[in-house]
Amino acid sequence: MQWEIVIGLEIHAQLTTASKIFSGSATTFGAEPNIQASLIDLGMPGTLPVLNKQAVRNAVKFGLAIDAQIGTTNVFARKNYFYPDLPKGYQISQMDLPIVGKGFIDITLDDGSIKRVGVTRAHLEEDAGKSLHEDFHGMSGIDLNRAGTPLLEIVSEPDMRSAKEAVAYAKTIHSLVRYLGICDGNMAEGSLRCDCNVSIRPKGQEEFGTRCEIKNVNSFRFIEKAINTEVQRQIELIEDGGKVVQETRLYDPNKDETRSMRSKEEANDYRYFPDPDLLPIIIEAAFIEEVRGELPELPQQKRERFQREFGLSVYDASVLSASREMADYFEEVQKVCTDAKLAANWVMGELSSLLNKEGLDIEQSPVSGSQLGKMLLRIKDNTISGKIAKMVFEAMAAGKGDADAIIKSQGLEQVTDSNAIENMLDEVLAANAGQVQQYRDSDEAKRGKMFGFFVGQAMKASKGKANPQQVNELLRRKLED
Amino acid sequence: MHDKTLAALSQALQSKTISSVELTQHYLQRIEQFDQTLNSYITVTADLALEQAKAADARIAAGSATPLTGIPLAHKDLFCTQGVRTSCGSKMLDNFIAPYESTVTARFIEAGAVTLGKTNLDEFAMGSSTESSFYGPTRNPWDTERVPGGSSGGSAAAVAARLCAGATGTDTGGSIRQPAGFTALTGLKPTYGRVSRWGMIAYASSLDQGGPMARTAEDCAIMMQVMAGFDAKDSTSVDEPVSNYTAELNAPLKGLRIGLPKEYFASGLDAATADAIHAAVKQFQTLGAEIKEISLPNAELAIPAYYVIAPAEASSNLSRFDGVRFGYRCENPSDLTDLYKRSRGEGFGDEVKRRIMVGAYALSAGYYDAYYLQAQKIRRLIKNDFLAAYEQVDVILCPTSPTPPFKIGEKIDDPVSLYLTDIYTITANLAGVPGIALPAGFAQGLPLGMQLLGPYFSEARLLNIAHQYQQVTDWHHRAPAGY
Repeated sequence: MQWEIVIGLEIHAQLTTASKIFSGSATTFGAEPNIQASLIDLGMPGTLPVLNKQAVRNAVKFGLAIDAQIGTTNVFARKNYFYPDLPKGYQISQMDLPIVGKGFIDITLDDGSIKRVGVTRAHLEEDAGKSLHEDFHGMSGIDLNRAGTPLLEIVSEPDMRSAKEAVAYAKTIHSLVRYLGICDGNMAEGSLRCDCNVSIRPKGQEEFGTRCEIKNVNSFRFIEKAINTEVQRQIELIEDGGKVVQETRLYDPNKDETRSMRSKEEANDYRYFPDPDLLPIIIEAAFIEEVRGELPELPQQKRERFQREFGLSVYDASVLSASREMADYFEEVQKVCTDAKLAANWVMGELSSLLNKEGLDIEQSPVSGSQLGKMLLRIKDNTISGKIAKMVFEAMAAGKGDADAIIKSQGLEQVTDSNAIENMLDEVLAANAGQVQQYRDSDEAKRGKMFGFFVGQAMKASKGKANPQQVNELLRRKLED
Repeated sequence: MHDKTLAALSQALQSKTISSVELTQHYLQRIEQFDQTLNSYITVTADLALEQAKAADARIAAGSATPLTGIPLAHKDLFCTQGVRTSCGSKMLDNFIAPYESTVTARFIEAGAVTLGKTNLDEFAMGSSTESSFYGPTRNPWDTERVPGGSSGGSAAAVAARLCAGATGTDTGGSIRQPAGFTALTGLKPTYGRVSRWGMIAYASSLDQGGPMARTAEDCAIMMQVMAGFDAKDSTSVDEPVSNYTAELNAPLKGLRIGLPKEYFASGLDAATADAIHAAVKQFQTLGAEIKEISLPNAELAIPAYYVIAPAEASSNLSRFDGVRFGYRCENPSDLTDLYKRSRGEGFGDEVKRRIMVGAYALSAGYYDAYYLQAQKIRRLIKNDFLAAYEQVDVILCPTSPTPPFKIGEKIDDPVSLYLTDIYTITANLAGVPGIALPAGFAQGLPLGMQLLGPYFSEARLLNIAHQYQQVTDWHHRAPAGY
């Protein structure tokens, strides 16, 4: 049987606000346990929540960026359940009237095609604290520093059809929230967390299969692995005559398996109702327009501009616009060297592999955008060849200064003087007289293969500095003589 | 000293006829003398009170006193008071020392008032008789076999027995007005949002409202001046200018239109109470008011709606009492579920558990629409009834409860009959409008109460009308025998 995979994601993005969503406590990650927990965060009797406007602003930004309707009347609801790291016994969230309505986002797939994924809604809520189960000798520790951190829960439509698409969607959301400056996207610190709803159905069937929700998957790699593992489990289950049961599952990356956490029957009845401590929040049209005015150029707009202005492919434009920092870097290189394609090749090639190797983010790059751009100018004006450029780039990365200084101090200028090249070639040919004879005795096909040998020898003799085009041209002429 | 009203005590303090320390000592001595029987206080803060009294005397001497500087007050024990146990009348919070000050008590402290202690209440304010308190029932000084009403029964009994000059109460379904009526006091339930709820331990958040309980409307006006006002820490607090309550007390009542809702004088109302109110109507007419019969057609729906909405909110508000961070924790819990079950099972009393269960049920999947949503619709209808009524009249006059104070234990095993004692007070909470209760007479030595309900933010007018009535009557000056 051919199975079709159906995936929807719920992404929780912690909003970067100075203080919590309903209290004045700081939201900094990694502080000593419970020092960022105020009376309100502790759920002290008699305390009351006051909404942080910045969280609303951030959510509206997101809504505008995905072309969604902004909910003008916003109601906060209480989601009731007991857990030690949930101090009030309820989480303040949104149910019926979320701040962000239906929208969409375009994702770029590996083959360069674009797919539109629907966003059902996004709503504001408060994060819970953390339960710490180690180091307490049979008891649990509670850290409420995180309790009350603003979250935007972004719920997608079940539009993804493979784990790769799900990852592409998650990466696009990740990129978008960072572009907007509303979430730092640090998945290791839990700033962006993902629940994956996975089901399968026979290809061609319209009706959805029963879904399982994999909770709290915290890296792109694990999203892909968890989904694939879960899909495999569901296929095997059904093909063995079993039935998928709607439930919440946990992914264990060590064993690469998903395990049942609780079934639908065991699921809490959250007894949602409007929080009487918070009046409905009315968002005025003027506020929405004000926020719209603050929106930066978004990844999709940037990608389209890169394609249009610079003639880049969808794929290159997508890679280069994936993060604001990457895009800014690329544009800096492009501005200096005025050759978008050359800039794109170097940013996606040498620079990316350098950063990968060193484990650096682009904003930590040892070679600045303008440094790289200036070096590319030297390629363009034939001062250095592409091959020499790689040496210059490495020297720049090692902190040996700008391209021009390196080229000068190491004598890397390309030799373009034809007399000098001719002299050098004469020497090379004289030193390889046997091969020259062989070449001349051969047919056209064989000659083609042998020609490379002489180019190699010539470049070696010039220490790579001879202009390759001139070498080619002069060498061919000499060998034909 | 204790026979003086708060206003009179204020003048005596300002003119240095008495000192706050003397006055405070006097009240502390009276508490010592009478409260064994009455049980109106859960906690008496004698040391704190004397310290505050000393500071108040210094402030009066320095000439920077407010009308409340040096006045000994008591606070319902659900206002958080920093460093002082705040119990809500529950075993659950018997060990809870509040780490912060509620806005209401903070404002009294700032004004220089003295805190004598924390008064008894129905557990978590859930009740109409102050019998469900973990600390035992409070007795009505007018007849110690009878309840003082509730849930602010401790405050009512303390003021009525002259064990403080005035007290704070809270009113979710009548918890200021009904006990005021049962003890011949004046008590004001302000417009929802007029008094900050910060630090006031929630029973039903959309209905709870703090207010003053004192001997006279004038006393209530003095207290209200301090309690009212916007508070950024309470999102439901309303940013509306505060009237000068005392300045408006003396406005004449000529042309005042008073409405009598026919539904409130139908069957079930005690005859003596009805007579007392009709006598009051005559007084108001003499004062220049016009009387008109009006209708609040949805009034009969108020009790069922209230007993869905209030428990629903309570079921959620009381979830934080889980034995984890504060309050009662059971001994040796075997695991998390056991900790929750036994801490809550042992920490809460029966009435609280009953309301949590009713509320959780009303909010649960499949029942929400039939109960909670339906109740909210009724709430809107009741609000509309009031809005329509206020197009015809300025205020509404009606009883505070169907009967005079009942005996302790009389209704405790019949929750529904107890719920029905709030039948006249609950509508104002559902609509959010203000109401003032004041004494209307006595029957067989027991106080009879009446209330005036007004439009949103009409507290000044309500205090004014009550004050004018008290200028021509003396019910409010009568003291229970022996106090």
